[in-house]
Amino acid sequence: MFDNNLRGMIDDVKDGRMDRRAFVKRMIAVGLTAPMANQILAIGGVAMAQSPNPYKPTKRGGGGPLKLLWWQGPTLLNPHFATGTKDQDGSRLFYEPLASWDVDGHLNPILAAEIPSIQNGGLTADAKTVVWKLKPGVKWHDGKPFTADDVVFNWEYASDPATAAVSSGTYSNMTVEKVDDLTVRIKFKDPTPFWANAFVGAYGCIIPKHLFAEYKGSKSREAPNNLKPVGTSPYKFVEFKPGDLIRGEINNDYHMPNRPYFDTIEMKGGGDAVSAARAVIQTGEYDFAWNIQVEDEVLLRLEKGGKGKTLYAVGGDIEFIAINFTDPNTEVDGERSSMKTKHPILSDPAVRKALALLVDRESVKKAIYGRAGRTTANYLNGPEEFVSKNTKWEFSVEKASALLDQAGWKPGADGIREKDGKKLKLLYQTSINGPRQKTQAIVKQACQKAGIDVELKSVVASVFFSSDVANPDTYSKFYADIEMFQIPMTQPDPALHMRRYLSRNVATKENKWQGQNFPRWVNKDFDAAIDAADTETDPIKRADLYIKCNDLMWQDTVVIPVMHRLAVEACSNTVRPALSGWANQTDNLQDWYREA
Amino acid sequence: MSQYILRRLMIAIPSLLGISLVLFVVLALAPGDPFSELATNPNVPPEVQAALRAKFGLDDPIYLRYLHWLAAMAQGDWGFSFVSRVDVDTLILQRLPTTLYVVGSSQLLALLIAIPVGVYAATRPYSIFDQLANTFAFIGFSLPTFFTGILFILVFSVKLDWLPFVYTEVPGSGIKWAIEMIRQAIMPVMVLGLFQAASMTRFVRSAMLDVIRLDYVTTARAKGLGQAKVIVKHVMRNAMIPVVTLIALQMPAVFGGAIVTEQIFRIPGIGSLLISSILANDTPVVMAVTFVFACLVVLFNLIADVLYGWLDPRISFR
Repeated sequence: MFDNNLRGMIDDVKDGRMDRRAFVKRMIAVGLTAPMANQILAIGGVAMAQSPNPYKPTKRGGGGPLKLLWWQGPTLLNPHFATGTKDQDGSRLFYEPLASWDVDGHLNPILAAEIPSIQNGGLTADAKTVVWKLKPGVKWHDGKPFTADDVVFNWEYASDPATAAVSSGTYSNMTVEKVDDLTVRIKFKDPTPFWANAFVGAYGCIIPKHLFAEYKGSKSREAPNNLKPVGTSPYKFVEFKPGDLIRGEINNDYHMPNRPYFDTIEMKGGGDAVSAARAVIQTGEYDFAWNIQVEDEVLLRLEKGGKGKTLYAVGGDIEFIAINFTDPNTEVDGERSSMKTKHPILSDPAVRKALALLVDRESVKKAIYGRAGRTTANYLNGPEEFVSKNTKWEFSVEKASALLDQAGWKPGADGIREKDGKKLKLLYQTSINGPRQKTQAIVKQACQKAGIDVELKSVVASVFFSSDVANPDTYSKFYADIEMFQIPMTQPDPALHMRRYLSRNVATKENKWQGQNFPRWVNKDFDAAIDAADTETDPIKRADLYIKCNDLMWQDTVVIPVMHRLAVEACSNTVRPALSGWANQTDNLQDWYREA
Repeated sequence: MSQYILRRLMIAIPSLLGISLVLFVVLALAPGDPFSELATNPNVPPEVQAALRAKFGLDDPIYLRYLHWLAAMAQGDWGFSFVSRVDVDTLILQRLPTTLYVVGSSQLLALLIAIPVGVYAATRPYSIFDQLANTFAFIGFSLPTFFTGILFILVFSVKLDWLPFVYTEVPGSGIKWAIEMIRQAIMPVMVLGLFQAASMTRFVRSAMLDVIRLDYVTTARAKGLGQAKVIVKHVMRNAMIPVVTLIALQMPAVFGGAIVTEQIFRIPGIGSLLISSILANDTPVVMAVTFVFACLVVLFNLIADVLYGWLDPRISFR
């Protein structure tokens, strides 16, 4: 019914009977957000709204220096080698993508002349091709023109395995061809409803062909411009010291009017998050500090009478506890947590449900994350159109106990429940990180009250997240009963985020634990829904499929969401950054300015 | 003498080889890799992480990796950082001047405080000055640098707003620039220098006291030499032998940087390079920094031994 109404309204907009703004407003009224409404219009045949970031300066330059503090300094400046977000942020100071994600998760054209849509011929109904029109007259910092050849080259460069590019996944399963000097066409192997991954956002930054052509493939490391970026951005490169400092100066030939505002830019690295917050909020030595993962209590104290404040950007990052469906303590063919086993305790749905009842999200929010977290029952928390409204969470030791009683788990002499001689004891692992250890303690306490004995384990992050096959402590080997960490959402689309839990992606010895489905959860309905969503071009049906997937995970208690985390930044009271929860902090750098 | 130095250098080769082997094995056995940040990024398939490991040779057997490293090192190729893909020697040379400036000045400050205070305290043992010097020395080396560093930041940056606590190297010249460079180095140099000075003062004092009571000092006084001449020419020269050892062993630290202090003040020195490389499992950088450090320790030990002979001709080289 809703579906039919919506289709009617889309037609109204197309024929001009309804204003786009009115359409978006009505969508918001029924609980959808602006980005979703716009995407509906985009694939439904109307160009995506281009809502520019608010920008007040009326001339280029004159804004003095912009001082950024990244407590982990960027270590390299080639976007295709950028391992961490810090490197993506650093590269983004000099390189630009075709489009960026703006505050609301809209596509904002940067090097593109316009955002592809069905109406302007950029998209086709089968979702297999995208045509990008490039902005004319854009120049690299060295004065050479930016053309379609550069865009095609980036695809060749990244998708060549010998280049060892981190971005190779973004550019696989597609071909890119030049149509004319200012037009490129992407052809996908399969229908790809979410087409805005290549050439958009962090891994979409474009490097110049004329400087990197000789260094494609195995010579990629030798390119002198890996350290001296020549891009198209508002700031030209001046100096780079890996892990320490990046400096840039205004690009007077920048392709957007009145931009940039600042005359120089500096990105300083090193130190820790708390003192970074201090340097911005308390002493005002710096204008902006990134990723302030500090307990809210500390931030509130710093903000009292300070020179800056904290800013929050809503994305889809989720901190959660995953449940192991296989037995981590039995070895089969030299493999623990093998698919040939079943978890002796956690294969009982009642135990999983009881665990979900024992995670006190409100206390975790209050004691740890504060303004930087939102409680949620969902694994998928954004964009809004993909968020399920069918789920709920609660914290109740009584209900959990009752559930366990019913399932036959009776308290033993030591107060720990047991059934058929199996004690209700769990190993709970996570990476070393202050907030995580505190969350572990809160969960453990509640579990104890319900008669579950929880042993806590924490592993150094570089070990926990490594892909070292010989290392037993990785999250993907999952030699524990439950584990907790955060999975970020790198773009406003759930496809990559949800595909992880496909049954065929289970992490095993055979695939060297590279399978992303580490809970080793197998569900045919989920697989079918994901496969259908991957090629579904109708945005409403597609959103429904992802909601269904989220609900399946919730019903089966595959993961227990702990916190929907927001990005936290510290910012001077006078600087007006353009931030988005769907992009890197520097993704809309051209729109930053200072207000007295 | 030259034969002695040559022999010492020859002996250093096997010990340095041993050190490098131990370092390499320990680093290679440590789990984890520099690409852990990729693990949870849904945009990067896990094959990418595995391909990078294979490309950088992290999946090869340890002995092979060690031999590769050794062969390259022998030809002066220090390898490249897995994290930044920059040559390791470039990275180290970039960081060295800052460390030399900050840690070097702090050592100089420590010497300038420790020698006069230690000598003067020793000439008047148990006087008020000596008591005060001792008390401050005890306080000084009981307080770790991470504590004094943060204390200084709170007092001089946050409360008084006199000094910046983020150290940035901006190129430039002129008086204004020089003042800025000095201003931002004041706190870290003080923190490190006072800590060093505290223990060194105690050291100088006790070395002086050992010598000052010897008969030849009394003889020198009996000859009618003035106090200043006795102390400087007769006592200090002999008392300096243990102090020279201490300073010589401190010298590698001038090149090696100060991990904690560099981290607190964001000083882009060798120490912060080392710690961030360790945290990121960036083996080539950690290897190079620690190995250079080992070489410096060996070298400065040799220099100390040679200096003994100059300070005390009775010590001979054989």
